[in-house]
Amino acid sequence: MLPVIWFWIVAVMIAMYVVLDGFDLGAGAIHLGVARNDRERRMVLRSIGPVWDGNEVWLLASGGVLFFAFPALYASSFSGFYLPLMIVLWLLILRGCAVEFRSHVDNAVWRPFWDVVFSFASALLAVFFGAALGNVVRGVPLNADGDFFLPLWTNFMPGPNPGILDWYTILIGVFALATLVQHGSLWVNYKTEGDLQSRARRTAFAAWMAVVALTVAATIASFSIQPKLAQSFAEMPFGYIFPALALAGMGGVAVFLKRGEDLKAFLASAVYIVGMLTSVVFGVFPMVLPTVGDPSTALTIHNASAPEYGLKVGLAWFTPGIILAIGYTTYLYSKFAGKVDLDEAGH
Amino acid sequence: MESALALHRFHFAFTITFHYIFVQLTLGLGLLIFLMKLLALKTGDERWNEAARFWSKIFAINFALGVVTGIPMEFQFGTNWSRFSKAAGGVIGHTLGMEGLYTFFLESSFLGLMLFGEKRLGQIGHTLATAAVWIGSWMSAYVIVATNAWMQHPTGYHLGPKGEILLNSWWSLVFNEWAFWQYFHTIMGGIVTGSFVVCGVGAYYILTKNHDEAGKRFLRLGVPVGALATLLVAFPTGDMQAKLVAQHQPATLAAMEALFETTKGAPLAIMGQPDMEKKRLDNPFIIPGVLSFVAQNRWTAEIRGLNEFPEDTWPDQIPLLYFAFHIMVGLGTLFIAVMAAAAVWLWRGKLFEAKPLLWALMLFLPLPYVANTAGWMTTELGRQPWLIYGLMRTADGTSPHVSSGNATFTLLGFMGMYSLLFMLGLFMIWRELDHGPGTKGEASSGY
Ligand code: HDD
Ligand code: HEM
Ligand code: HEM
Repeated sequence: MLPVIWFWIVAVMIAMYVVLDGFDLGAGAIHLGVARNDRERRMVLRSIGPVWDGNEVWLLASGGVLFFAFPALYASSFSGFYLPLMIVLWLLILRGCAVEFRSHVDNAVWRPFWDVVFSFASALLAVFFGAALGNVVRGVPLNADGDFFLPLWTNFMPGPNPGILDWYTILIGVFALATLVQHGSLWVNYKTEGDLQSRARRTAFAAWMAVVALTVAATIASFSIQPKLAQSFAEMPFGYIFPALALAGMGGVAVFLKRGEDLKAFLASAVYIVGMLTSVVFGVFPMVLPTVGDPSTALTIHNASAPEYGLKVGLAWFTPGIILAIGYTTYLYSKFAGKVDLDEAGH
Repeated sequence: MESALALHRFHFAFTITFHYIFVQLTLGLGLLIFLMKLLALKTGDERWNEAARFWSKIFAINFALGVVTGIPMEFQFGTNWSRFSKAAGGVIGHTLGMEGLYTFFLESSFLGLMLFGEKRLGQIGHTLATAAVWIGSWMSAYVIVATNAWMQHPTGYHLGPKGEILLNSWWSLVFNEWAFWQYFHTIMGGIVTGSFVVCGVGAYYILTKNHDEAGKRFLRLGVPVGALATLLVAFPTGDMQAKLVAQHQPATLAAMEALFETTKGAPLAIMGQPDMEKKRLDNPFIIPGVLSFVAQNRWTAEIRGLNEFPEDTWPDQIPLLYFAFHIMVGLGTLFIAVMAAAAVWLWRGKLFEAKPLLWALMLFLPLPYVANTAGWMTTELGRQPWLIYGLMRTADGTSPHVSSGNATFTLLGFMGMYSLLFMLGLFMIWRELDHGPGTKGEASSGY
């Protein structure tokens, strides 16, 4: 029972990360395109400035929780995905510097440089995170100790000797980019006014269409690559609630965007993301890292979790901690609520 | 394998040392900015708020660099030390997880309010936001130091049938005796850095007759705080650390002092170079009895030398360990002297005219960074060859499938990126120092 609880805690924390950091990654990806002058670019940055670090903390906190609840998974996946993870870390470093340092110096070289860094790093991160999810669905070549090491690519085929990037994981990467572009444009649309807002709105519509098409493609591809998905849904039909949630979110985005209910459109996109992620997680459960080889070597919540005592005391400190964290997050968002205002000092 | 091990070690050491450059200033400056806010509230003098705003800008740049260099740390246990993570994750994952949940959320949420919320929150609310960031950073330091302390002195576990490390007491993990002293010592080290930076900048302003009114204000706060912290870093905190090492890691203590033979009334070396081939200290310049006193509180106590321990349990970098320890203690002694003199002159009202002292304060600015780095090198090299003292060897903790080529690639990547970050940070901080307090550089701390 305890491993199941922790499995869902980690899953929800990661979903929280994707929903929150997802919009600032998406805002970064469209930054160069929708914000055309210094004023607009500062508006995009101000819409995420006070919150991006807090959003990213969800990733760090998920990492920490994963570390103690599923040490074998943490060890195996982080060392196995060594190269892409390091590249992700470098991109996170560059992006953080871009957000924080861009407006420090008013100079015709300094600002455009960081704008480009910000945009490219954000877009690439979205692709990498998607590809990572693709790898987890497809499985990796685990050995008897539960270890593996994947090169960045081999022949781009998801066979028995895959790389991090193959046609399937690239597809999921592009899918993730489209999803976060939709999510980020909806955020910018909600937080800003004027030309910037209308451009963000058009981008959101375009991204929505891409998301619909890619959802279909990615679903077909995933079910054919990972047979466990179909099996899970067949065995436990209540699981259909997760894809249903995703569909509702997808519909909601279009409806609310048409009606100009910007906050609701953004929230619908969050629902869509949560629905998609929980569908995947439900589909592979109880595996946490499938294998492309002998199925008995897969890492599951049982063979990767920490012993009972740790999981129990973990709940004792986790529960008040997460309540506090949600409290701070809510307080912060309420303090910076409303449209961004460039004339106010600071933000 | 051997070279992959060396690379993994250097990889971790390089990235954490770089992270710690920024962290130590956060730990000290957070407190000092909070004190400035308190002084502003108490005296009603707006110039303390101005000082707080000025240092907040520097804090923000430093903090951002601390954040971006901290993120890789959270993942490096898994990437480069997978066997260690698998074995010990069920224990130290707790402290790392708590760090994320209890401290990073607190810091990151209130930092924005500290930097940009002065108008929104009012003076009292803003002072509280400043306190939240400061307390968050100190809590963060506690849990991470507890992680390190567990690796130095594992507690609260038992071994399973196959030798697995199983946590059985969360309390002894979190309230490890080692963590207690290590924490107070590191925090004091951070305050030393913070106060030397504030004083160094103050002295520079006075000497260049530029913003000298603000410079005097910095010294009036920085010198008393710095004088207290330099004392506390040596005694009782540093002293207690040494006693813990003597008690629990006797081979480490012998290596730190390059004490090759067991000695009664063991000396402290002021100078001298460990000669690993002849197993002796060259050119020794020693004070007899001091090591015995530091380790055991008795001038004549017997201290066990390296000869009593099998060579394969000696730290593998004894000369470096020895120098790191001596650099820290030597600098610590100098810090006490400089800060004590500055405090006396400040008290007599003559500090601002005392040119030699102002020069000393200015030139000492970088040295606490050296002392803190040397201190960590002492701790980490002294723990060798163990990764978890007495339980797991460093050589058994690496990621077996990460080849030396891949580790070299990412090490070079970090070295390149961090060199750029370092220059960038210096450039931006220098600009702020040049602007000085009061003048509002265009959008210098907004987005
Ligand atoms: C400004 C920084 C600074 C200064 C002046 C000192 N230290 Fe220190 N020292 C540190 C900053 C530091 C540190 C960076 O905070 C370390 C690294 C890990 C730790 O616990 O603290 C450390 C470690 C450290 C250790 C290693 C513990 C171990 O091996 O686990 C000992 C024995 C001492 N210190 C003792 C002293 C003494 C007797 C000092 C007398 C002047 C002193 N330190 C000054
Ligand atoms: C408190 C958190 C810290 C933890 C949990 C930690 C843990 C580790 C680990 C796992 C290694 C690699 C294994 C090894 O070589 O033994 C290591 C090595 C090292 N760390 Fe730390 N460390 C911490 C803080 C620091 C800091 C702040 C510094 C700053 C200077 C530092 C300096 C080093 C050095 C120099 C090494 C290399 C030692 C060697 O292998 O020769 N550590 N540490
Ligand atoms: C290997 C050990 C370490 C890990 C895994 C680690 C991890 C991190 C991470 C992920 C952040 C960014 C948090 C954010 O996004 O807001 C951070 C920042 C920070 N860390 Fe570390 N860290 C380590 C070592 C240390 C040590 C030894 C200390 C202090 C003694 C420390 C104190 C701090 C502080 C105060 C911050 C706030 C940002 C700053 O000012 O630098 N960390 N750390």
